[in-house]
Amino acid sequence: MSFPTFSLAQQRTSVPVRIDDEKCIADKGCTVCVDVCPLDVLAIDLTRGKAYMAFDECWYCMPCEKDCPTGAVQVDIPYLLR
Amino acid sequence: MNTIEREVDVLVIGGGTAGPMAAVKAKQAGPDLKVLLLEKAHVKRSGAISMGMDGLNNAVVPGFATPEQYVREITAANDGIVNQKTILAYAENSYAMIEELDRWGVKFEKDETGDYAMRKVHHMGTYVLPMPEGHDIKKVLYRQLKKNRIEITNRLVATRLIVGEDGRIAGTFAFDCRTGDFHVVRAKSVVLACGAAGRLGLPASGYLFGTYENPTNAGDGYSMAYHAGAELSGIECFQINPLIKDYNGPACAYVTGPFGGYTTNSRGERFIECDYWSGQMMQEFHNELSGGNGPVFLKLDHLAEETISTIETILHTNERPSRGRFHAGRGTDYRERMVEMHISEIGLCSGHSASGVWVDEHAATTVPGLYSAGDMACVPHNYMLGAFVYGRFAGVSAARHAQVHSHAAVAASQIEAERQRVWAPLLRESGLPPAQVEYKLRRMVNDYLQPPKVTKKMQLGLERFEAIREDLDLLHARNPHELMRAMEVHAIRDCAEMAARASLYRTESRWGLYHARVDYPERNDADWRVHVQLHKNAAGEMACFKRPLEPYVIAMDQDEHAAYQKLRIHKEAVPA
Repeated sequence: MSFPTFSLAQQRTSVPVRIDDEKCIADKGCTVCVDVCPLDVLAIDLTRGKAYMAFDECWYCMPCEKDCPTGAVQVDIPYLLR
Repeated sequence: MNTIEREVDVLVIGGGTAGPMAAVKAKQAGPDLKVLLLEKAHVKRSGAISMGMDGLNNAVVPGFATPEQYVREITAANDGIVNQKTILAYAENSYAMIEELDRWGVKFEKDETGDYAMRKVHHMGTYVLPMPEGHDIKKVLYRQLKKNRIEITNRLVATRLIVGEDGRIAGTFAFDCRTGDFHVVRAKSVVLACGAAGRLGLPASGYLFGTYENPTNAGDGYSMAYHAGAELSGIECFQINPLIKDYNGPACAYVTGPFGGYTTNSRGERFIECDYWSGQMMQEFHNELSGGNGPVFLKLDHLAEETISTIETILHTNERPSRGRFHAGRGTDYRERMVEMHISEIGLCSGHSASGVWVDEHAATTVPGLYSAGDMACVPHNYMLGAFVYGRFAGVSAARHAQVHSHAAVAASQIEAERQRVWAPLLRESGLPPAQVEYKLRRMVNDYLQPPKVTKKMQLGLERFEAIREDLDLLHARNPHELMRAMEVHAIRDCAEMAARASLYRTESRWGLYHARVDYPERNDADWRVHVQLHKNAAGEMACFKRPLEPYVIAMDQDEHAAYQKLRIHKEAVPA
């Protein structure tokens, strides 16, 4: 069994916003969740055409989840305060 | 990265609550004016009410309260330190604003006859109007912006105001948090509506963004007003709220109160008479938390099933819709368990307490051409409806100013200096990550400024904030998003220094826990029945001074003055 090595310390984090790739229609040009986030923490992965959480800076306020037209976004309470 | 220059007549900074109202009212007051609404996030879902609001805290509705009664209530709640003219101006215009919002489509609770369903939560009068369907208030505002053809720019982060050579306001500097482009927006008048300084204290969870206030409201407005030379007031009257422990939302005893819910200690006993938030209430809350009967809970488990379902619908769909998810994760069911509560991190917010940019009853600051409204403008306990009313004042005042003034002349050196300051973290090849600097800064705020306030600790805090000032020149941003966080650290540091200096200056205790000074435990009206103002003095240093109270326009009697001093329920008064 081999383990990955790292060149410089990277803090891992469990992110509160999850995207269901099956439902996400970012590849059709949808950017609703990215547009409405007050903290601008979501982004579209252009290679996959799917939204994802680029920065763990969430207020768990939920516009991304409520405004998503296909129900692809799930906001969890961040682990530190869950 | 480019530099983009543009010119408008009226510039509104902040598209949350007060800002959209200011932009609409400026355009209506001067249809020929070029009005620009500049927003850091996206106007559709920005600010303190991004997910709506569950009620009005300060509705002055004929038949339930008069403007004069409201002024007396807030004068007492804020321990006498108010410019009553500003509160009266709010109160006299409160009802007209409710009616206008109603016409726009905001849903307020009404009784079977169509009258507003007012509730009593305050200590003396009746001012709470529930909005069980208040979740789409931002959509209503957005429709008005479109209808009035207001130009909007999203994702622009304002950094400093531009001040003309004659001292008049001249616009703002900003950058795009996605492209890094530097913007110079010149304007004849500016409305600052950037919300609270909500990222000042660190929540006990350690999660930087788990704040009570929308964390996008990082205190940018307070910092910009300060650097533009405006007076700020009441900074030492911190915002501290009673929240659900670990979750950033209020337990909302004042929402559940009319249904029979209340705040208790661990024995299930009431200990405060009134759940309306005030510094005095927070002091009693703090005493109970740290005493043998702590911690503190919201009690609902005695209520009927229908009542609890109604409460769940209100509290879990509005303002903080993730609340139900938090309770589910902890296994908290209102029917079976009381909800554990705790004290929030500190912040600056006149919407809840009194810290803000000094404004008169027309929303004018002390800088010509600069107006301010909402959580960051000093009109104590102004809440959402106050943001709308002062947003309206600010918009109309800014339009009038722009109609009779030209653009102020600006030195080219001012533009170049700000562009260098803003781009510096991106141009550095290495340095400190913004999140680490922010974490340390905000932990120091907790360690040294969280009340009860201790003189020596606050002095040590100032030393630490000075040391972190040096770190600002080492901040490194790998992209424009991190640049936004880096520039927010500048604003948070300014707010931390303001909070320490204003608190040290007022050598007495006032507003309960908000300014409880352990080494000056008594209230001292002889020396401190004044506003404490903070500004950048002629030497460029942060300085405080006293501003005398304006004579009251509504007389107070002694009983009213002391009403908020008697919030604790005494043991013998508790029914067996």
